Amino acid sequence: MRSFVSTHATEVSLLAVIMAICAVLSVTTANFFSLGNAFDLLNISSVNIIFAVGLLVVLIAGGIDISFAVAASVVQYGTAIALGWIGGVGWVSGLLIAGSLGILLGAVNAFLIHRFRVISIVATISTFNIYFGLLMFFTKGVSIYDLPDWLTDRVVLFEHEMPDGTWIEITLPVLVMVICVIATWVLITRTTTGRQLYAFGDNPEGARRFGINIGAMQFIAFGWLGLMAGIGGLIQAHYAQEVVPNALYGRELDVLAAVVLGGARLGGGKGSVLGCVLGVLLISITQNGLNLMGVSPFAFKMIIGAIILVAITLSNTSIERLLPFVSQKGASR
Amino acid sequence: MNAIVERVKTLLGPEMAGPGLAFLAVVLVFGLASPQFLSAATFGSVAFQLPELGLLTLAMLLPILTGGLNLAITFTANIAGLTLAWVLQANGGVDAGPGAFLLGSVLAILVGAASGVIMGLVIAFTRAHPILVSLSMMIFLRGLGEFLTRGGDVSGFPAFLGPLGHGSLLGVPIPLIVFIVCVFAWNLLLSRTKLGFNTYMIGSNLEATRYSGTNTRKVIVLVYALSGAMCAIAGIIMLARFNSVRIGHGESYLLITVLACFLGGVNPFGGFGRVIPVFVALVVLQLLSSGLNLVGANQHLATAVWGLLLAGVMVLRFVATKFKISFVRKET
Repeated sequence: MRSFVSTHATEVSLLAVIMAICAVLSVTTANFFSLGNAFDLLNISSVNIIFAVGLLVVLIAGGIDISFAVAASVVQYGTAIALGWIGGVGWVSGLLIAGSLGILLGAVNAFLIHRFRVISIVATISTFNIYFGLLMFFTKGVSIYDLPDWLTDRVVLFEHEMPDGTWIEITLPVLVMVICVIATWVLITRTTTGRQLYAFGDNPEGARRFGINIGAMQFIAFGWLGLMAGIGGLIQAHYAQEVVPNALYGRELDVLAAVVLGGARLGGGKGSVLGCVLGVLLISITQNGLNLMGVSPFAFKMIIGAIILVAITLSNTSIERLLPFVSQKGASR
Repeated sequence: MNAIVERVKTLLGPEMAGPGLAFLAVVLVFGLASPQFLSAATFGSVAFQLPELGLLTLAMLLPILTGGLNLAITFTANIAGLTLAWVLQANGGVDAGPGAFLLGSVLAILVGAASGVIMGLVIAFTRAHPILVSLSMMIFLRGLGEFLTRGGDVSGFPAFLGPLGHGSLLGVPIPLIVFIVCVFAWNLLLSRTKLGFNTYMIGSNLEATRYSGTNTRKVIVLVYALSGAMCAIAGIIMLARFNSVRIGHGESYLLITVLACFLGGVNPFGGFGRVIPVFVALVVLQLLSSGLNLVGANQHLATAVWGLLLAGVMVLRFVATKFKISFVRKET
């Protein structure tokens, strides 16, 4: 247990913060501490968590991606149009089309980065502008509301009537999110490829000399994010029941903040799925709590920004200094 | 003659090749494609659109040179604009005098610098990644602005502010004059002052600079403070141009300023890059946008072409270095 605390300092402190916030909210608001609210939170955060675990893989591999949210919008549009052509058949074909479109867009980034040695932030800023500009140009900013029925119908996987008559439910986005989280966890912790991604992110040159295929790493990392962006985009379309070309614009920076809050390092080689999910949840829970406390929605971003800023300041002024007993016990072992 | 060529070369520097070539290509292509392109109207529209994006790009440039990034620029600009707007409104709104404007501008610049100082302090003292620090500052400032304005516009400014956004002095747009003064100030700062020298040094190697006895923390705080102050100037110009302040103004410029810096040959890891090539890169971007507009495309296509241009320049740079290396190897 102690070793878990010392190796997972970020996750443990995030969990502590989340529990503290939950405790405060349970006392101060009537509705926070209920199963219904917890399920709502999961339903709302699903898309962001799908994006976040994808971005995590790229961050672990030492890259950064600004373009994934816009790529997800492109995938939404492309999938909606493709489904129109082939006459929407169902979830399997939708996910296949969205996933492969996403991988394709991710591969464009990986190609620029690997083949032409463009720095990942430069490459993804250029693809961000290309994707978004072309999407807005060709769609003229027009939304699609005419989606296949199977895509817009709410899929309820689990529902239960609470004693007070309200219904709680788990919907499809949550299931997809759980599958994406588990798949990412398996990829980065249970496979050789995952080990190689960490090694590559930590020290690209060392990894190259060790015989790791650098090109494959880039394509796997950005391809995985592309896959997650594609799936997330489709799920977002399902959740919102419409495809709006600039709906996801700006989401990339919020997700990035959440992922790095969860302990992933800009620069590579560090980060865990648990931390990443906790990072997204911390922000959603804060937002949800502020909402229940009756704080003006206009103040949400301000408070969340301040929390992240404080969190970074604290987490970088070495956790040991704040929790002296942890480091002492760690040192004596 | 050779001496002159050498002098021009050292003045322009190697970073000039990319934007310079892009400039020639854009002028050539659109000059041939559309007869109206090489007219006073095109350059007039470019001259009016350039300053907003340009001032924000200058604000982005300094942190990038230190190896950082300032993602809070657009919202810092708008918060500074809001500060000015309130000072004007507190002093009679439409009837506010030049004194209120001066006071408001000074306060706006102080507010911009303050947001920079906070980011600089966190980055310098905790060594947190600048992307993350400025990102949370961006989220905070956006929230603050939305909270204070309820997402709406603030308008109703004295008439004498109009010329600052739309007027001309001897045929030169006033925003452009402000921008060019700022370009020269930045150029002077980076090439002639100790702070500028230290900025490059920190971007090249922070640790080595620290060991050489430079107070790197002070330099980083100053760099972000200056970046914030430049945002404030952009905010003041934007207020005058739109005749209103809204927290979302110029939001789409954020990543384009980064694009302009990279297009201008600035090294993404810091340490290398100069103001004049970035200025040329900005002119190229605006000319492209105006040219595409002339041939009937819209702003969104221009955005896509800007992205393609950046990718193209990076690919060409890669090809050029590769070619140069093999060339040298053959000789030796």
